[in-house]
Amino acid sequence: MKQLPPDLKYTKTHEWVKTQPDGTVLVGITDHAQGLLGDMVFVELPQVDREFKQENEMAVLESVKAAADVYCPISGKIIETNPKLQNQPELINQDPYGEGWICKLKPSNESELNNLLSAQEYEKET
Amino acid sequence: MPFIPHTKSDIQTMLNTIGVSSIENLFDEIPQNIRTGKFKTIPDGLNEMELMRLMQTRADQDKLDFNFIGAGAYEHHIPAAVWDIVTRGEFMTAYTPYQAEASQGTLQLLYEYQTMMANLTGMEVSNASLYDGASGLAEAILMAVRLHKSSHKILILNSLNPNYKKTVKTLVSPQNIECIECTLENIKEHKNKDFAAIVISQPNFFGLLEDVDKLTDWAHENNSLVIAVVNPLSLAILKEPGKWGKTGADIVCGELQPFGIPLASGGPYAGFMCTKKEFIRQMPGRIVGATVDKENKRGFTLTLQAREQHIRRAKATSNICTNQGLLVTAVTVYLSLLGFEGLRRVATQCHSNAEYLYKKLLELNFIKPLFPDKPFFHEFAITLNKPIKNMAGYNLEKDFPEYKNSFLLCVTETKTKEDLDLFVENLAHGK
Repeated sequence: MKQLPPDLKYTKTHEWVKTQPDGTVLVGITDHAQGLLGDMVFVELPQVDREFKQENEMAVLESVKAAADVYCPISGKIIETNPKLQNQPELINQDPYGEGWICKLKPSNESELNNLLSAQEYEKET
Repeated sequence: MPFIPHTKSDIQTMLNTIGVSSIENLFDEIPQNIRTGKFKTIPDGLNEMELMRLMQTRADQDKLDFNFIGAGAYEHHIPAAVWDIVTRGEFMTAYTPYQAEASQGTLQLLYEYQTMMANLTGMEVSNASLYDGASGLAEAILMAVRLHKSSHKILILNSLNPNYKKTVKTLVSPQNIECIECTLENIKEHKNKDFAAIVISQPNFFGLLEDVDKLTDWAHENNSLVIAVVNPLSLAILKEPGKWGKTGADIVCGELQPFGIPLASGGPYAGFMCTKKEFIRQMPGRIVGATVDKENKRGFTLTLQAREQHIRRAKATSNICTNQGLLVTAVTVYLSLLGFEGLRRVATQCHSNAEYLYKKLLELNFIKPLFPDKPFFHEFAITLNKPIKNMAGYNLEKDFPEYKNSFLLCVTETKTKEDLDLFVENLAHGK
């Protein structure tokens, strides 16, 4: 059974978004997505300070069998990326909702959160 | 592997299976108005005898006269063993192989090639070859733009081979990359102008050595990458690009022809590319890596394939499978047979022969150096004060109208002192 924390928001393209108390959001990919991609070997992280619009490509995941784009779930500016992924891309496989987070964003338009899916809605999509 | 053509009934069975009435109908989705129809300029087929006769006539036009033309393709001695080994059945393939389990020999050879090129250029990684030097530079520019992320502009020192400039323009301009030329004199005007990379050739098209350390540091101070275009033979005696300036060139590319590949009227040749390890995911071309099998035995396989078109499709950073495998095999065998010491001797001989001819020519009162007192590797430019018929050098006026009656002369290890003396003597007597 794939994990799907009820307090997160999701996208059809398998990213998750977690709103932090300070208004920033953490972004990662779902357990379902990491399972499909297989063992991660490299993560191309976005540059800090770069701005992305919702649905822009912002990162690339390379697994042993595929390369996949990560799409920006909510417009905003990158304020931090997960430094551990540089040497331990497997964290995305081991703990997709925790240690395997990809980046932290400062949203420029919080109403876009309403476009995202709930855990239940995402489950139906997959 | 035998070639087994499909029979008419094979083809009919396949068409029936997919429900298409003829092969022509497979192309229905291509609109009629963009189809070329019949090629008007292509004549009807020839039989074998007619073809042999035509090709022999063409081949007879291809003579190598006594000459001193280099300008990007260089006459070198190729030990007889090189192509004897390369044409053995075990090596005779143009492709870099996917199937590691069936191709350990070829993969090991390519791995050794990469190791030699990385050593020679002083870089951390090499790919398994590119099509040729000129398209290799275009690939290096595309790579630099991907790495730099924010700039689509490239600064090119205008002493680059003019054919390379043309090839680069053809390949990178459709991607909205702007190439701007500068000279050593006006390069400072381009300070802080946000170039993704600067292209430095060493030696440059005129055979001259650039102040690569200063140029490299200048580029890095201006937040640009450095693309080095080098004659790999010269690296046997010149500083490797990995050591240029404080932190070295970022991408090194060039033409492999001097290493055991015959002149052959201009091709096929092969290109190389080396870079720093941190940039490897943006490097085009195939890359062979060493690994271990499940019994812990050493083996070789293609690696970092997620860059490539068969995995990443339209977003691939590499659309090159290299069909230059056979030429790379020749390069690897050439380098193995010569060894580093042999290569150093070839490069030294080229340089001292060129120095000798240069001094001898300047003794003639109608010959002046085009770039006085500049150091060169094995090629130099002169200006003639009187017309000489069929001058055995490369006429610079074609590409550089400002250099009237000027010729680029190259001397390699293939010329003897007697050859050089005879050439000078003939010139002196107006021949």
